[in-house]
Amino acid sequence: MTTISNASSGVIGQPMLRREDPKLLSGEARFTDDLKIPGALWIGLVRSPFANAKIISIDTQDAKASPGIVAVYVASDLQSQWAGPIPSAWQVTPDMKSPAHYPLASGKANYVGDPVAVVVGNSPSEVADAVALVDVSYEELPAVVDLEEALTDANVIHEELGTNKCYVWELNPNPQGIEDAFKSAAHVVKERYIQQRLIPAAMEPRSVAVVPSPMGGDYTLYSATQIPHILKVMTALTVGISESKIRVIAPSVGGGFGSKLDVYPEELLCLALARKHKVPVRWTEERTEGAQATIQGRGQVQYIELAADKDGKLLGVRADIIADMGGYQQLITAGVPLLGAFLYHGAYHTPTYAFKCTGVYTNKTPTDAYRGAGRPEATYAIERAMDSLAKAAGVDPAEIRRRNFIPTESFPYNSPAGLVFDSGNYGPNLDQALAAVGYDALRAEQEKRRAEGSTKHLGIGLSFFVEMCGLAPSRVLASLNYAAGGWESATVRILPTSKVQVVTGTAPHGQGHETVWSMIVADKLGISVDDIEVLHSDTSIAPHGMDTYGSRSLSVGGSAIHIATERVLEKAQKIAAHLLEASEDDLEYQGGTFSVKGSPDKTMPLAAIAFEAFTAHNLPDGVEPNLEASTTWDPPNFTFPFGSHIAVVEVDEETGKVDLLRYMAVDDCGPRVNPMIVEGQIHGGLAQGIGQALYEEAVYDSAGNLLNATFADYLLPSAAELPTFELGNTVTPSPTNPLGVKGIGEAGAIASPPAVMNAVVDALSHIGTIQIEMPASPERVWKAIQAVRA
Amino acid sequence: MYPASFNYLRASSVREAISMIGDNEDAKFIAGGHSLVPLMKLRLATPSTLIDIGRLSELSYVREDGGQIAIGALTRHRDLEISPVLNAKAPIIAKVAGQVGDPSVRHKGTIGGSIAHGDGASDLPAAALALDAVFVAEGPSGRREIKSTDFHKGFLETALEPNEVLVEIRIPSNIKSWSFQKFNRRAQDWAIVGVAAVKNGSTRVALINMGSIPLRAAGTESAIQSGASLKEAASQADLGLDPPGDLNATVEFRRHLARVLVGRALEELD
Repeated sequence: MTTISNASSGVIGQPMLRREDPKLLSGEARFTDDLKIPGALWIGLVRSPFANAKIISIDTQDAKASPGIVAVYVASDLQSQWAGPIPSAWQVTPDMKSPAHYPLASGKANYVGDPVAVVVGNSPSEVADAVALVDVSYEELPAVVDLEEALTDANVIHEELGTNKCYVWELNPNPQGIEDAFKSAAHVVKERYIQQRLIPAAMEPRSVAVVPSPMGGDYTLYSATQIPHILKVMTALTVGISESKIRVIAPSVGGGFGSKLDVYPEELLCLALARKHKVPVRWTEERTEGAQATIQGRGQVQYIELAADKDGKLLGVRADIIADMGGYQQLITAGVPLLGAFLYHGAYHTPTYAFKCTGVYTNKTPTDAYRGAGRPEATYAIERAMDSLAKAAGVDPAEIRRRNFIPTESFPYNSPAGLVFDSGNYGPNLDQALAAVGYDALRAEQEKRRAEGSTKHLGIGLSFFVEMCGLAPSRVLASLNYAAGGWESATVRILPTSKVQVVTGTAPHGQGHETVWSMIVADKLGISVDDIEVLHSDTSIAPHGMDTYGSRSLSVGGSAIHIATERVLEKAQKIAAHLLEASEDDLEYQGGTFSVKGSPDKTMPLAAIAFEAFTAHNLPDGVEPNLEASTTWDPPNFTFPFGSHIAVVEVDEETGKVDLLRYMAVDDCGPRVNPMIVEGQIHGGLAQGIGQALYEEAVYDSAGNLLNATFADYLLPSAAELPTFELGNTVTPSPTNPLGVKGIGEAGAIASPPAVMNAVVDALSHIGTIQIEMPASPERVWKAIQAVRA
Repeated sequence: MYPASFNYLRASSVREAISMIGDNEDAKFIAGGHSLVPLMKLRLATPSTLIDIGRLSELSYVREDGGQIAIGALTRHRDLEISPVLNAKAPIIAKVAGQVGDPSVRHKGTIGGSIAHGDGASDLPAAALALDAVFVAEGPSGRREIKSTDFHKGFLETALEPNEVLVEIRIPSNIKSWSFQKFNRRAQDWAIVGVAAVKNGSTRVALINMGSIPLRAAGTESAIQSGASLKEAASQADLGLDPPGDLNATVEFRRHLARVLVGRALEELD
């Protein structure tokens, strides 16, 4: 074969406007709740107002008699509808303990918001009225809220498990080595951090509608989901309907951040009740309901210890974390902390490493994946601890990082945790960020303010992150006991009129896949992106897929499209050689046209070949009609993007208020297919990470009540709170996929919390070492200052 | 977020609004709806009838009137923010209105709605208090004036009778020395603590979110009257008050913020 298929026509790398946006901005796009479904019944959930309570009795008479109500069900009414409990796909250890979890709680409610009954009626407002009329008698029990108290088992949530401990997962490849490292260390840093719970708050709430087919016993399940393919399998297994009878469609989906990477009670109830009532059944979440009954992110207590020699070079890193499961397992609840298990040494070489995670149940909303899932937690711990080590060793935070970086020449790097970091070039990336932000000038400004006795202190915070993403490789996921693979499928099909259809198993919900997948194909085929249509998120059109999460779609799904496009082009080349009566090796391909080297008048455009492939009147022997290729790509490794993030803050000592003045991010995700979309991903991730650092926290009281379940009380940052982000980039291609790309969707949320918190601590370092947790609210900062002043 | 069912009537004049409400104590007037509707969606308010006065454009105005400024109760925050009269003669109101909520709130919400709702965390009632404003209410038997200091009775409780409509806010003109300090975590939020201060002959200092109603900082005002330094006066800002504690600030921190912010406000006055 010739090198034809490696030609590029320069589309990749262009900051092309997103083709998705006109219909989203004009209101033409349809979200699940927008769908007009005549004759649909609506459901509403009666939810427990108590975090831990026995259900004594449920009186549904008044609700059933309420106007517009068709039925009211409690758990026992629907038990025969379930072939199994709500699926949990990640049994992280063989002895992991999970309570049976059905769409409606029976016997006992285990968090505020746990559904105990479902009302079915003609309209959402009539259903809301009737939900209020369901009279549930509870016996309230003391709530288990604090993670470390939960581990004492003084109060066990799930009696049948006998303990609140879900699992202990340990990685300690060299126990003696790490003991010795800590014994011989010149500097030992021991830190404890809290990863507060976060509410994902996608712009579109969850919504589901199930429509029975008029014949055949089939169901179409529309859902605001990130995972139409996984959802199809899981709903089929849980409701006991053949997978071939369920078609899942994710219409336009307004964000997810991991919260729509799940199989929820409402999806299962709509399917089961559509089957039972033989009419469409639908539901859309209310916001406060979403705060309580959509998964939450993070929720960890972290202990991290660093051992270092006198120069601050690491000898060992040891992390011991407690991870909050909430009241039940959701789809990958238990596995989320383990996505960070291998990364608590960050971008730094350490000879020894140990990690331990204890999962624990509490009477709170279940946790699960939220943008970054495990990696923000790991990055936060190591990046804050590195600042403490810098202080202990008496060197600048930038210098301590430089001294410990994994050297560029050691890539691919065999990490002490057992990973192979694909590629990296950390030092130049950090240097670029420091120069761009004007690090030395900022330090001078900081000194000047201190000398002048200003009460507005300047702080500069560094965070250097590396993460593993592009989930993927199936064999590695198997070694972590994850119940699915990590491949992605693609079909590229050139139609008779030379329009191109791309079918992908990814499930975009705001990322811009239609734009970027078109660019990959257009680049390779030398045709206009406008001639390419991307089909996705419908299991009847794209039957195979592993969906979108974990910064995987470009490196796995995009690579699959790249490979399928190459195969189509190879086939076109065979046909072109036949029709032009030339050897394949004598062909050139440029701008969508084959030509014979040295005979510029002998040409044939791809469009003509597509039509020839369609008519099949004159194809070479052994070549099938039509131009189409499908592939499934399972990469050999994760990708490991990295970058330097620098936050500059001003802390008002009198009020404790933190103003984020500047934010510089120099990311390396390999080559950027569409730099504008990459920057958009970084901006969004930064907003969420800065939200974690300064604003967001799901606050529970000691009775397990969520105290801030509205957007008035749960503080999502808006554009007004954020500075204009300053971005730079370096390019270190990944050797693990043909595009050389690395994930970027989660980077901003991973890197920014420690950058901001290190800046807050740095601003006050001349006063003392403040102890402060996220979010760094004005009162927390003010109290931390009072504590060191005292 | 589905409110309980309710009847909806739209009034075409103040008189019609008053006759529509009659003696129905479960009915509520609604203007911009940015205070009442969220409460209804949470089912914390369940009025049987809403009487919409939001389209009575004759109550949307800002004009000079006999040495004072008269503001129609249905003037929207955005219109206050850009009012030439206010920006020239009482810029504190324009400034405060420009920081209420977010742009969509400012384009729908009204000054009368904000004051009549009676929330101690609202900005405009405190600004009115610092200006010694007078509120004009209209009921079945005609109009009456209520002093801003007599208006707020308790949490979401005012001196308005259920069948009275707040129609006008009257404030002094030629306000030259003033300060507005709003402390919050996000631009769109309610003030955690806020201060509106006016020096117009005497110095009046009003506090936002330091109690269940908008309050004057009596400790600070009397300290100033007795000739105390600004610093001493500011240290009395929370004297005798019983501020709320919530997720954004404990009682202790709120008291501290009031002292800091009053200090900053006093420094800004001429």
